[in-house]
Amino acid sequence: MDLDAVPQEGNRTHAGLRKAVYARDAQGRMVVAPSAGWEVEEIVTTQAVDAMAAEADAARLRVQQGTASTLEYWMSARRMDVALLAQSTGLWQWRVRRHLQPACFAKLSPALLERYAQALGLNPEQLQRLP
Amino acid sequence: MTTASTAFQHRHAAHCESGVISSLLSHHGAPMTEAMAFGLSSGLSFAYLPFVKLSGLPLVAYRMPPRAIIKGLAKPMQARFRFETFRSPEAGRARLDALLAEGRVVGLQTSVFWLPYFPQDMRFHFNAHNLLVYGRNGDDYLVSDPVFEDPQRCASADMARARFAKGVLAPKGLLYYPQEIGRQQPDAEAIRRAIRKTCRVMLAPVPIAGVRGMRMLANKIERLPADAKGSAFIGHVVRMQEEIGTGGAGFRFIYAAFLQEAATITGRHDFAAFADRLTTIGDGWRGFALKAARMIRGREPLVPATIAQLLREQADAEEGFFRDLKKAVA
Repeated sequence: MDLDAVPQEGNRTHAGLRKAVYARDAQGRMVVAPSAGWEVEEIVTTQAVDAMAAEADAARLRVQQGTASTLEYWMSARRMDVALLAQSTGLWQWRVRRHLQPACFAKLSPALLERYAQALGLNPEQLQRLP
Repeated sequence: MTTASTAFQHRHAAHCESGVISSLLSHHGAPMTEAMAFGLSSGLSFAYLPFVKLSGLPLVAYRMPPRAIIKGLAKPMQARFRFETFRSPEAGRARLDALLAEGRVVGLQTSVFWLPYFPQDMRFHFNAHNLLVYGRNGDDYLVSDPVFEDPQRCASADMARARFAKGVLAPKGLLYYPQEIGRQQPDAEAIRRAIRKTCRVMLAPVPIAGVRGMRMLANKIERLPADAKGSAFIGHVVRMQEEIGTGGAGFRFIYAAFLQEAATITGRHDFAAFADRLTTIGDGWRGFALKAARMIRGREPLVPATIAQLLREQADAEEGFFRDLKKAVA
């Protein structure tokens, strides 16, 4: 990649952040140059972000319909899956999966609520409602 | 309370680990560029790890695993690095504060997701990010994050969360700093050894690493359905390449910069020609990413076989390159 080919088209997922990239200058030396962003990166990042946002929206709808607990919404909103939430709380995955059901979640002890809230960066009251 | 290490110089780098360690060595009197740190530690690689899942998709790495760059520099620079992990966030925080109070610059492994200064859309649960802390101001740590142009600040509670995130590659509060650096500059022999090691890794006779890993990934892509699921997989491969840690093309360009520097230090002018050749291969990776992105965006029909074919061409080009480079340093 030559210096004048360093992408400067901007990347809205970077919110103004410029990345350092290596490119060849006129003398053929590889030098560091700041890049404002490449459309390709924006496309693939947006694809991943949109998939996670869609997941969170679907979870929100399930909570409103009463088929999922608020824990499922917050798990998606924090871009986590059951495996990561289980590791973050130190619980078995099957327990986390049970707590995604509204009936089980309603019966959780304050201590367990605190554990989930902690792992998700929330307080227990926030965890029990949608934002 | 304000403590900041004297005259620490923040540097903008393409990759977090090579950026952190080259800054750390330079700060301790062994001036080193990011490219030299990356090349000297044999940081370039390729690995396709279908059994390690990130959000349900396989790990595709274009460089050696986390910490390999730091550890790889210990021998050529005759350096000793101290690594410490912690059971509890409290212990980790206390140790970091104690080291900062001594005036040290400390390297940390963190999650990206919990660092508040990262743009929202870049915050994924990726645990192998590296940054330097060079001081404190009240409750804020003064952070030199190589991915950012300027130094950042991070509240101590957020930092504790980022250091003790769980999941794949959990950092467990890892911090590191050099205890001793024996050399100021690498010698020609160390550079030759490092290049040989990279050739060995890239041509390794295992199916998931090096050029064979690329071909295995190409076979997997070829079998993908031409629907949303296939698109998500291909998007993930490109994202691992371009977004997370500068990616496939980026690493090839850094390695080319290293080969140029190596040509100057060792007096081997053929290394400079290899650098040009690798830059061309890096451009091929960019072409691969561009083609994939156009298909994901729907500007042209999604044909996994075409993507697979481009990947195979990259594998062939790299195989030829590393075979020739291996002969040159034999």
